[in-house]
Amino acid sequence: MNALPADGTAIDAAFLRRWLDTAATVIDRESKRLTDLDSPIGDADHGANMRRGFLAARTAVEQEPPDTPGGVLVALGRQLISTVGGASGPLYGTLLRRTGKALGDEPAVSAAQLRDALRAGVEAVAQLGGGAVGDKTMLDALYPAVDALTAALDGGGSTAEAFGAAAAAADEGVRATVPLRARKGRASYLGERSVGHQDPGATSAALLITALADTAKGAAV
Amino acid sequence: MTGAPASPQGAAPLVGVVLVSHSAAVAEAVAELAAGLTGGAGDVPVAPAGGGPDGGLGTSSDRIAAAARSVDRGAGVAVIVDLGSAVLTVKALLAEAELPEGTRLVDAPFLEGAVAAVVTASAGADLAAVEAAAAEAYTYRKN
Repeated sequence: MNALPADGTAIDAAFLRRWLDTAATVIDRESKRLTDLDSPIGDADHGANMRRGFLAARTAVEQEPPDTPGGVLVALGRQLISTVGGASGPLYGTLLRRTGKALGDEPAVSAAQLRDALRAGVEAVAQLGGGAVGDKTMLDALYPAVDALTAALDGGGSTAEAFGAAAAAADEGVRATVPLRARKGRASYLGERSVGHQDPGATSAALLITALADTAKGAAV
Repeated sequence: MTGAPASPQGAAPLVGVVLVSHSAAVAEAVAELAAGLTGGAGDVPVAPAGGGPDGGLGTSSDRIAAAARSVDRGAGVAVIVDLGSAVLTVKALLAEAELPEGTRLVDAPFLEGAVAAVVTASAGADLAAVEAAAAEAYTYRKN
């Protein structure tokens, strides 16, 4: 079976290594902003933790590049769990490892296969943290992203268009966290005082989805 | 597992206890306190796993896995954790089978649960009894 989409965007190990490279660069660049978002409602370490995890993961994947897209995600997830040090480590680690495992050993996958795997990953995160949309967490960006990805692909959109729609939905989800009251993590201890702040976890999730859209856009050119 | 506590001098190996805190100092102090309250049973396998990968506040999966291996005598390992990322990291490690077989995340208050678990383990109880003793610490009211 030919898993490649009609527009020629092969989601293979090289694609996901380019995505990881872009994601690590963006997380590095935005780490201060993530930490600033985490200061009023968290423990002011989200940016530093994510930066440490993604830079370590990029180095590990460069040194021993996996040859399947699933392999890249599993390796990244493992690195995040062992290097991040905060709750985002096991949460993002589970997201990426579960997504990678769902892709299996295929050398290249379609956008629809990645979408299905990503949904399995997001559901694993929801289960691990016991969270749902509206709790002011990364799920507020991830679920809308997967839903938009699904709608775009079902509507016949190209891979690049679909990931672009996912990134826009993730950003929308981030903005929607501002008026929410946190029900998970350290921010939940703050109760009403968590209202009015943008969630740092949703913000970093949207950055990762945007990096995916940028990678797809680059690949489709 | 028979469910019957073995004698401390018996052949049955002791259950291990791992204490995971965001703070290395907290994990070490609670381990010391719990071991000190066992009444001189000096060989109870308890290991602290505190602090993040960089040594600061946080959770280190590598430290947790190493601590669990260090206390594993084949009778199971009870892991007691404090907050947020400690809970999530242990759950993620269990989901990926990266802790010794028979490792269990115990739902218990950190300090009181640690003391109950370590004292119970030092008496030769099995994993279910250690877990029950730690969980029971939730019901201990202070006024």
